[in-house]
Amino acid sequence: MTVLAQDLRLDANAIDYVLLAFYFALVLGIGYLARKQVSSSLDFFLSGRSLPAWVTGLAFVAANLGAIEVMGMSANGAQYGLPTVHYFWVGAIPAMLFLAIVMMPFYYGSKVRSVPEFMLRRFGKPAHLVNGVSFAAAQILIAGANLFLLASVVNLLLGWPLWLSIVLAAVIVLAYTALGGLSAAIYNEVLQFFVIVAALLPLTLVGLHEVGGWEGLVDKVANGPGGEEQLSSWPGNQLTGFGDNFLSVLGLVFGLGFVLSFGYWTTNFVEVQRAMASKSMSAAQRTPIIGAFPKMLVPFIVIIPGMIAGVSVTELSGENKAALMAGEAAPSGATFNDALLLLMRDLLPNGMLGIAIAGLLASFMAGMAANLSAFNTVFTYDIWQAYIKKDRPDQYYLRAGRVVTACATILAIGTAFIASTYSNLMDYLQQLFSFFNAPLFATFILGMFWKRMTPTAGWTGLVTGTGAAIGVFLLAETGVWDLPGQGASFIGAGAAFVVDIVVSVVVTMMTKPKPEAQLVGLVYSLTPKEKLKRSTVGEDAGWYRNPGLLAGIVLVLTIVLNIFF
Amino acid sequence: MGSDTRKRTAGAFDVRLVIALLTGVYGAVITVLGIGFVSDEDLAKAGGMNINLIAGIGMLAFTALFLLWVKLRPLRVPAPEDEQEDDESSSAE
Repeated sequence: MTVLAQDLRLDANAIDYVLLAFYFALVLGIGYLARKQVSSSLDFFLSGRSLPAWVTGLAFVAANLGAIEVMGMSANGAQYGLPTVHYFWVGAIPAMLFLAIVMMPFYYGSKVRSVPEFMLRRFGKPAHLVNGVSFAAAQILIAGANLFLLASVVNLLLGWPLWLSIVLAAVIVLAYTALGGLSAAIYNEVLQFFVIVAALLPLTLVGLHEVGGWEGLVDKVANGPGGEEQLSSWPGNQLTGFGDNFLSVLGLVFGLGFVLSFGYWTTNFVEVQRAMASKSMSAAQRTPIIGAFPKMLVPFIVIIPGMIAGVSVTELSGENKAALMAGEAAPSGATFNDALLLLMRDLLPNGMLGIAIAGLLASFMAGMAANLSAFNTVFTYDIWQAYIKKDRPDQYYLRAGRVVTACATILAIGTAFIASTYSNLMDYLQQLFSFFNAPLFATFILGMFWKRMTPTAGWTGLVTGTGAAIGVFLLAETGVWDLPGQGASFIGAGAAFVVDIVVSVVVTMMTKPKPEAQLVGLVYSLTPKEKLKRSTVGEDAGWYRNPGLLAGIVLVLTIVLNIFF
Repeated sequence: MGSDTRKRTAGAFDVRLVIALLTGVYGAVITVLGIGFVSDEDLAKAGGMNINLIAGIGMLAFTALFLLWVKLRPLRVPAPEDEQEDDESSSAE
């Protein structure tokens, strides 16, 4: 965000500030109310496994609807147009359904409290430690990046100094996550979801009105730089950076659609934790599916405003857009990252403006709170309790969880200042996902379906897979291998996946597997079918609560959307 | 909503009321702004559309729906087997 602060300063007045303050009061209020319900460490870390599916489902989406999503995807919308929807329809929905139908029975059914704990039971300590430590480190780095984005927007919009914004934002997020634990984080995510919609939906409507409706937008995009190609989702060459249509589709389907997104949605504890907090197997399975419905529609209020900004905001349209697409600085000095902010500045009157600011800040806090609540669970259960202070009473770990949250916040303030030195935060974070999630997914999928896979294969696969992704990243960074667009992280994820599988298979052949008796509930072929069953009576009865059927509906809708756009 | 939270059931206070409170207050404030305090400058900004009024009415309508939902499917607290009802229709937004 390099535009002069002057140009971006929003004209917020007293009413906008009051609306903003009201939102923060509610956020802290939820933290306070949720605190009353926390009496054990399971309450704190997994909300006592008691939340209804619609709450965890919305939280599932909101946890991901952070700064990266909202700013990054509207920026992508301004730059690439409609192909950006692939991040939602190819890059999220299928994986969310897979998590619900195939993987959730193992996660929820085995009663593990975190993803690393599943690794412990399946592969033993080395894999557990590798996964626990790398996950914890990644969360702190990402929390810092979220915090930095949050603070830099406050700084741009309202003119508060950067350090003050960082500390203030950190204190608010800390206050509610440390008080109420996961429940507070989840309830706030649900609230945040509605504020984000309340902010972005009107913005989209005014924007469409401004450019002459959908027809007008289509006309203007087609006649602008980028042209017609930006109006249909396939084959998305501009997005992937591949010249060839076939390669581009392949990259999207395998790289983004399969490895990156399955890796992210199915093994990322930030997401899985929300489903684990639900009250029954059926509700846990429904969580990602219920989340998939709003996820399908989020692009319309994120990408379309971006596209509108790309044709209507002076700083981003015409020659400015052409220059930015060619990889040069725009004459105006704006970047696509500013799309949403510039559009708000141009279109919204006071009142709606305050709500829009609240929505943006809400989305940034959602990201950070999700990182913190996942971090404190993994750190407390998988590192502190497993290796450092064993066998203390439950109250000890509850207290530890609160202290860990506070320490994590302080660390995140530190990483926020590190993050502030990177010029392109989005790319950096995406790379991080390809390092950690792609190999983790490979190990998981192999370990769940192949009972022979050995503990040694578990951790060596993870380490070499991550190494492969880092290798591709370095080749692309140093220019040895020329991969423009987002192609580099797609290929990196693919490499990590393949290397992980190959190494795991080879190592398994040479080492001794775990006895089968220890793998019941963890490996598909060794788990009695009844253990994976969900109840279909009482709270879980009714066709509209059937995960399989719901998943089918989502799939059909997604295909229809792909045909239309 | 605070009265029954002492029971040891996490998730007992009704988050739907908090959401309705937020959208209700937001909706009311910007509807008033949209009716009484629209400047020509604001209108010109949004291409003649009174977005405060439209969004305000939208939010009030949403609030009404949410309150109706709370009314029709109230939160039933204590017994562990018998917690709150949930319903997919809410996630359509």
